[in-house]
This record gives sequence, structure tokens and C-alpha cells, in this order.
Amino acid sequence: MKIGIAGSFDSCDALITVIENDKLEIEIESIVENQFKDEIEKVIRTTLQALDLNKVKVICKDKGALNYTIRARLLSAIARMSDDNA
Amino acid sequence: MIMRRSLLFIPASKPAMLQNAEIFGADSIIFDLEDSVSVDEKDSARILLSQFLISFNLDKVEVCVRVNDLHSPFFVDDLNAMINKKVDTIVLPKANVRDVEFLDKFLLKMELERNILKTINIIPIIETCEAVNQINEIVKINRVNGLLLGGEDLTNDLEVSRTIDGWEIFYPRTKIAYACKARGIDAIDTPYINTLDEEGLILDTKKAKSLGLNAKCAIHPNQVSVINEILSPSIEEIEYASRVMIAVEKSNDKGVFSLDGKMIDKPIINKAKKVLEKAKKFGLKVGAKDEK
Repeated sequence: MKIGIAGSFDSCDALITVIENDKLEIEIESIVENQFKDEIEKVIRTTLQALDLNKVKVICKDKGALNYTIRARLLSAIARMSDDNA
Repeated sequence: MIMRRSLLFIPASKPAMLQNAEIFGADSIIFDLEDSVSVDEKDSARILLSQFLISFNLDKVEVCVRVNDLHSPFFVDDLNAMINKKVDTIVLPKANVRDVEFLDKFLLKMELERNILKTINIIPIIETCEAVNQINEIVKINRVNGLLLGGEDLTNDLEVSRTIDGWEIFYPRTKIAYACKARGIDAIDTPYINTLDEEGLILDTKKAKSLGLNAKCAIHPNQVSVINEILSPSIEEIEYASRVMIAVEKSNDKGVFSLDGKMIDKPIINKAKKVLEKAKKFGLKVGAKDEK
């Protein structure tokens, strides 16, 4: 199973894990979940669509990251996906 | 003439620092991909900084990126990620003549390939004894618009300790100042590494200024205002320069005249022009208090 992790639990950051999956699943935990969960999910979906990735599970643990950070951490986690990390 | 006072290092791996980069008052931000980023975070720092620069327009500061040195395994990836129209300057660690010439050509090639219409500048970091001996050659290379002294690595290379007095870096400071002033580019001092010692920072910055360096790096936002204040023209200097220029206008193009009983000639007039140019660049109030 391929897995990639990027980011941190620091303020304004997010820890994102991407796991090979048989369908698209997105889990979001955020300190601003009530206000921004939909926005975070939109950023994740848009980024995955641009890469034509639809068979992954994305777990996002957000500590108040802006959109660019969510996107960057997701891209890094995807780039880090490899069997070695399984 | 390039005129910076403060260049603030910000780790490219820290979102909380990146998104506040512009508010600290530095003339330039050096987004760091080198020493402040651990080896296993180089890839994600590159992506984070790229996404940050795509998302925000930093109009108030010069955008510099310190890449990893040319002989590291990260250099090419750093440049591939960072050469774009949002980046003004590449800061090159462990620089020597050969590496800066290589970077100059590499940047030209990438600017053409990526249709970047501006010229991306280079600030080499002088942090080896070899580089100190090559300063006069490095300073002549295209795109180099400032030299930055890297005091910590340089004194390691020299096998001496850093001291409060800074005598161990007197020679490279002076050599950088003369070489840069001769080319009309920025002479940038090494950072003061004790971020809790404001008095030490003040003394160190004043010493660098007295040797001819016109800019200094900061490694913490709280160092920026101190550096800016010391490396800006003082109110007294601006007022005097303004009075000199008013007197020049009134002198009907006489080469030499007197002001307050002192002879005013070309060097003093040129100095006054530079003071006023700096004051305008840094947004300081220009004008004579007492226009006699």
C-alpha cells in the first residue's frame, strides 16, 4: 500500500496523509471545522482532480492552515507516496 | 544603485512565518531552503514556498530565495522550483567564482526557457576563505547585486572563534565593503546570532556601518527595526544634506562655497545626494528644518 505524509501540527499548518485506496475518501479534522471544512475539502478535491487522482484516501488534520498550505502539504504527501513508506 | 538595509531570513518550511513575511518591515525577505530546513523536509519546503509565492503578491519587499549550495543534491531541484517571475534574487551559499558564473548562465537559460522577462539577481554568500580571496572577481559577475558575509561558516573555515568584538571578520567585512562600493552594489553584513541581545546587535550593526557595509541580515523579526534605524540616514544627516542641496541651488553652480563656515565641494555634495536618495528610497521625510 502506498502512503505519503507531509506537514505538521504546528499552528497555521496541517498534517496530511494520503493512502492508496479503491475509491476517493476524504477525512478532515480541523480547529476551524465549523467555518472552513467545506473550503478545505474543496481545495483537496480541486488539487486531486488536477492530478487526475481519484483512488486515494486523504486524511487532513488541520491547525488553521490557509489554502496554499493545504494544497502544498497535499502535493508533498502525494509526491512522497511510495511502497517504502508502507 | 541597489539599496537594502535589512534582509530577513524566513524558513521556507514554516507556514506561520511565510504568511507574515511582509509585515516585519524588512527591505528584503530571504526565504530559506538551506540551513533552516532539515534534509527530510527539503521537498515539502520547496512545494510550500512555491505555493505561497503563487498565492500571494509580495509587492512591498524584495523576494530572495536562499537555495542549497551548488554541490548539494538539492541545488537543481531548488532552482527548478524557484525560478519564476515572483522571485527577484537567488542567494547562493558557499559561493566561489566558478559557482556564481555557473549560476549566472543557468539563470539565463531558465529565464529564456520560462519566458521570464526580468533578470533574476544573485547575492553570493562569502563564507569560505577561498571566496574571500575571490571577492574582487565575484563582484564583477553579471547579476551579482550584493555580497553577503557569512560569518559563522567563514570563521569555521578559518578555524577561529566568533567574538563579540568581531576582529576575526574585520578583513572580510572591509574587503566586501570596498568591492561592493566600487561596483555600486550592496555590502551586506553577517547576521547577529544572539536574538535576545539587542545591545549587542546595536553595537555590531554600528561597527559594520562604520566599516562601509550598508545592509545587514536579520535572523529574527525583532532585529529588523534596529537594523533599519541604524542603517538609515539620521534626521540630522538628512537635514544637513537638504541644506547642502539648497545651498547648491543658491550658489549659481559655483564649484565650491561655504555653509555654516565650512567649505562645501563636490565630495560633500555627492554625499548629500546619496543621503537624500537613501532617505527617499526608505520613505523618510526629506527637507531642511532651517532653510537659511
